[in-house]
Amino acid sequence: MKETLARYKFRGDYVLARAFSPFIKEKLKNLNFECLVPIPLSPERLYERGFNQSAALIREAGFTPKDLLQRIHSEKQSKKSRLDRIHQNQVFEPLNINIKNKIILLVDDIYTTGSTLYHAARVLKNGGAASVFSLTLARG
Amino acid sequence: MRFTPNMTPYIKDFPPESLPISSIDTIPEPPLNENFPLNKELQQILHGKQLLFENLQHPLEEIHQHYENGYITYRKGIIKTKSKTVCARCGNQEQSLFAHFPCARCGEEECIYCRKCIMMGRVSECTPLIDWCGPEPDCELTEHPLEWQGTLSPGQQHASDQVRQIIIENRELLVWAVCGAGKTEVLFEGINAALDSGKRVCIATPRTDVVLELGPRLQAVFPGIQVAVLYGGSEDRHLQAPLTIATTHQLLRFYKAFDTVILDEVDAFPYTADESLQYAVRQSRKEHSSMVYLTATPNQKWQNECRSGKMDFVTIPARYHRHPLPVPSFKWCGNWEKSLQQDKLPPAVTQWIKKRIDNQKQCLLFLPKIDKMEKVLTILRKTYPKIQAVSAEDPERKAKVQMMRNKEIPMLLTTTILERGVTFPNIDVAVLGSEDRIFTESALVQIAGRVGRSAQFPRGDITFFHYGKTESMVKARKQILHMNAEAKKKGLIDY
Ligand SMILES: [Zn+2]
Ligand SMILES: [Zn+2]
Repeated sequence: MKETLARYKFRGDYVLARAFSPFIKEKLKNLNFECLVPIPLSPERLYERGFNQSAALIREAGFTPKDLLQRIHSEKQSKKSRLDRIHQNQVFEPLNINIKNKIILLVDDIYTTGSTLYHAARVLKNGGAASVFSLTLARG
Repeated sequence: MRFTPNMTPYIKDFPPESLPISSIDTIPEPPLNENFPLNKELQQILHGKQLLFENLQHPLEEIHQHYENGYITYRKGIIKTKSKTVCARCGNQEQSLFAHFPCARCGEEECIYCRKCIMMGRVSECTPLIDWCGPEPDCELTEHPLEWQGTLSPGQQHASDQVRQIIIENRELLVWAVCGAGKTEVLFEGINAALDSGKRVCIATPRTDVVLELGPRLQAVFPGIQVAVLYGGSEDRHLQAPLTIATTHQLLRFYKAFDTVILDEVDAFPYTADESLQYAVRQSRKEHSSMVYLTATPNQKWQNECRSGKMDFVTIPARYHRHPLPVPSFKWCGNWEKSLQQDKLPPAVTQWIKKRIDNQKQCLLFLPKIDKMEKVLTILRKTYPKIQAVSAEDPERKAKVQMMRNKEIPMLLTTTILERGVTFPNIDVAVLGSEDRIFTESALVQIAGRVGRSAQFPRGDITFFHYGKTESMVKARKQILHMNAEAKKKGLIDY
């Protein structure tokens, strides 16, 4: 699992998203949500990776990812320490889409500190979402 | 990334006429502009390689200027024809090892990529392979770099002369040297001749442990030149050295780099099983180059090519110490797997082990599978608690081999992982279940080759315990007898 995930995330072996679909589908079955939102990548990171891993997980599980957020700046996340990431300021901003009273499920591939999800959830809540919860593949 | 027809690269805001590189019919190759101030560091890193933009730290603009001035070529990473898709880096043609994805780099919904070599960075339809086509970096010539005081056996000398000759003449040669002949020394004169004339030499092998062993050994005999040692995770990656020692896997990064490629242990896994490694070796050679294949146990195809004259070859049929190779004896031992189920070993095997342990002669026992090995270990430990077992996945592999070397344990059980490379000076060797498919002719010759390696203890017993003789067993024995006869005829053995 760990190796597969690393090959998926860092080498960009896109088809492995399908290997995770049963897991994603199973989880989603018991959840009540209106939009599935992938954690966005900065434009530089998106180019580097070639695709958004979280969005691909959603798509290959048979759902449609909805982009509601974008990154504010593009500092290399993985180079920062865990502590830095917890204390950093907001990294996301909302795209101009009405999310009033929506139930939103955030999807991320690796849960590292929770700060990424926390920041994303806060932006969505501030934008009027009814509730925001999250689904991650693995703990980093 | 997409290119316009005049080959301007774009990484975003793609002009409508732009295409991923795989969809461009012919990629122009601008003529060399001799007045262009080339970046020497880029030249150093890129010469003889095939890299991706993300492997290079230089900005895209700078790399592209080198292209426009004729110093760099772009090749398609993925080549698509009507009938098939091919990866230009690793040679993969297996359609099941290609996949596609909606690509943020080129904006195509279905950008095909190669899964086979993805661990070296993803090559897709929009990925150019970047090579250096400008002048070679200057390399300092070292006159006669070889500093070695040893002497060659007559068999080695004969092979060494031939190796030297074909390296000078850019031809190909198979060196078929028995286990313990000393094949590495046979390369020294040839490598010396190559380096002397400014040629770039690579010794490649499928096995990382061989790379680690050869690196310091060659650096010691060529002290004045730089030796690059490349394996997964090594640090010499960007080193341009006159002499490179690399795993065959690392050659996937090279392109028309070497004047001489020496391939050690051609018959070893995974080289034989993995076509991309054979492709990597071909790609790494310059158009005019020499090739030396080294093996103790060529497979049937190679043997046939030698005999039919398709391939030039030279044999070293005798060991350096001039004693013949120990010849395996076959002992039928009945349904040994059934015995194991009843917590017993076949009596013949028990006797063989008892005799060794009573006489304090260390021994190795090879088994075809790990679970069988574990079972045998449990049985034997009731009588001999100090016996150890080691398999490929064993994290304590090195420590256990060392214990055997230190004579702390009387006997080591193993799967085929110890068939090559590992030598103990004075041991007897047996195989239990030598009829198993895993024991090919070459595996068995290699296993027999563990016995009698040192001049001090040139003899030893090698026994194949079996439940039905196989063709591989018979051929292995025949090969060994044949080599001994040839050595005798040529006067290379004394005993
Ligand atoms: Zn490939
Ligand atoms: Zn692409």
